[in-house]
Amino acid sequence: MLGYLVRRVLQAFVVILGVTLIVFLLSQLIPGGQARAALGPRATSGQLANFNHLNGYDQPIWQQYWNYLIALFHGDLGYSYKNNQGVTSLIADRLGKTMVLVGVSTLFALAVAIPIGMAQAVRRNRPFDYGMTAVTFILYAMPAFLAGELLIIFFSFTLNWLPSQPPTDASAWAVLTNPVPFILPILTLSALEIAAFSRYMRSAMLDTLTEDYIRTAKAKGASSRRVLWGHALRNAILPILTLIGLTLPAVVGGALITEAIFNYPGMGLLTVQAASNDDVPLVLGTTLVATIATVLGSLLADLLYAAADPRIRLGEQ
Amino acid sequence: MTLASNQSPSPEGGNAGSELGFWRSTIRVFAENRLAVVSLFVLIFVVLFCFIGPLLYRTNQTDAQKALLESIQHASPSWSHLLGTDANGFDILGRLMYGGQIALIVGFLAAIVATVIGVSYGALSGFFGGWFDALAMRIVDVGLSIPVLFLLIALVTIYRPTAPLLIIVIAAVSWLVPARLIRAETLSLRTREYVQAVRAMGGSRSRIIGRHLIPNSVGTIVVFATFDVADSILLLASLGFLGLGVPAPQTDWGTMLSNGVDVAANGYWWEIYPVGLCIVLVVVALNYIGDALRDALEVRLQRR
Repeated sequence: MLGYLVRRVLQAFVVILGVTLIVFLLSQLIPGGQARAALGPRATSGQLANFNHLNGYDQPIWQQYWNYLIALFHGDLGYSYKNNQGVTSLIADRLGKTMVLVGVSTLFALAVAIPIGMAQAVRRNRPFDYGMTAVTFILYAMPAFLAGELLIIFFSFTLNWLPSQPPTDASAWAVLTNPVPFILPILTLSALEIAAFSRYMRSAMLDTLTEDYIRTAKAKGASSRRVLWGHALRNAILPILTLIGLTLPAVVGGALITEAIFNYPGMGLLTVQAASNDDVPLVLGTTLVATIATVLGSLLADLLYAAADPRIRLGEQ
Repeated sequence: MTLASNQSPSPEGGNAGSELGFWRSTIRVFAENRLAVVSLFVLIFVVLFCFIGPLLYRTNQTDAQKALLESIQHASPSWSHLLGTDANGFDILGRLMYGGQIALIVGFLAAIVATVIGVSYGALSGFFGGWFDALAMRIVDVGLSIPVLFLLIALVTIYRPTAPLLIIVIAAVSWLVPARLIRAETLSLRTREYVQAVRAMGGSRSRIIGRHLIPNSVGTIVVFATFDVADSILLLASLGFLGLGVPAPQTDWGTMLSNGVDVAANGYWWEIYPVGLCIVLVVVALNYIGDALRDALEVRLQRR
């Protein structure tokens, strides 16, 4: 267990270090250089040289990367010249909002997908199973931007039941106190997860139900409800933690689209606005933070899995 | 399954016509999948619609001033504009073809570039193994941990790409998966007897990789490339939807959809549903074709 923990944490650390290197190299690729991007096309060569010297951009590249890492360690993600503000302070209250959106959508997807997958396995090859398979394939195939817009057109414009965007000044926790405006964004973002999780649940339950210990439990006279919920589900459900970790990068990407559709002020909307504004330091900052959050989320999922599965918890000392 | 039992038992190594038999059985299994055949026809139809359609249904799609002068904006479908017009007075049906050309070209070419890069990278990594492989795969791990859309938007912000550059940018974020797939395949292939035989006979490394490892991974490569065309079209549509697609007056399906949803509250359905349908049709068709190809080529793999 301890060996696994150390290896997994170390691996996440190496990946994060690699991501900082990629983001640093991307910042070096700006055509004309960072000085030109910050000072504009009319800056003289003297001004550019002065800017480069002040920011240490005239140092060797490995020295610049080291400076960049030290700054990151102090929580400094760079400076957005378009906003005249540090990138860190621009991102600060956005990260929590995206994490809440992703977290709530994932929990919602689990709550919907696990019962659907179980019911499909129990009613295998009956109309319900075929129907839900068709629905999950549609959820898979429908791009998030189209699904979100169709939801808005139908529920906001046609039926006028739900608002087309949550209040932009709400706090990150407003989804708990005032959930109605968040229904459509959560539906949009969780569609992909519902499809993935319920497909997994269906096949995992089908596999588990053929195991010897299920037959033994039935032979001992356990009720079918107890066999299903007590024996089969407990064994089939655990790897879903790994699946959450694996789908996390896609879900964070989906959150970007969802935030853009519903004008939800998280990291994704900030990234899209920064991109339209040619604000490279801000886009690179959100990319780095979103990636680190994703890597840590996947790490958390794997550690939870290790803690929950006795084969890993007790095995290979 | 039925195919394998139909085969007359022939000695290992196969006869001279086996190469043809491989592909024939692949096509037969593919053709048994009705959904995939329908999907193939849908795809062919959309390609003809986008590339031949403009020859039959002539519309102005490039001169914005002329479009503004000659037609009404947001006109609903009529005989003069079969699917109405958009905010600039461009004919929507013609615009679907025009934007579809860019979506399809960018999607196909980006998938080809990504596949070529990924296959070469993965084959080299798997073939050489050792520290080279370890380093190469850590790089892939790092790349895959960045959410694709964030990386894509970062590249688009830095380079402000036109359509040709978009091909490179989309390929740059999607070569990682084939690299990993082909590397795994190469690891298993390079220990086979026939590869060892080539090596024993003095075949060069480039010959082993180019003539033996990559051709034997062709099933994996083709299946990945098919799915990746769908993914690339979706990535381009996502960029267009976010307002970061090809620059005007060019357009792509994502940009059209983005313009359409701006006026969704006004009920201009013809600016949303046709283009949404185009995106979903092409992406779903490509996914079904990829699924069927995987099944068909797996039969081939089982017999190998």
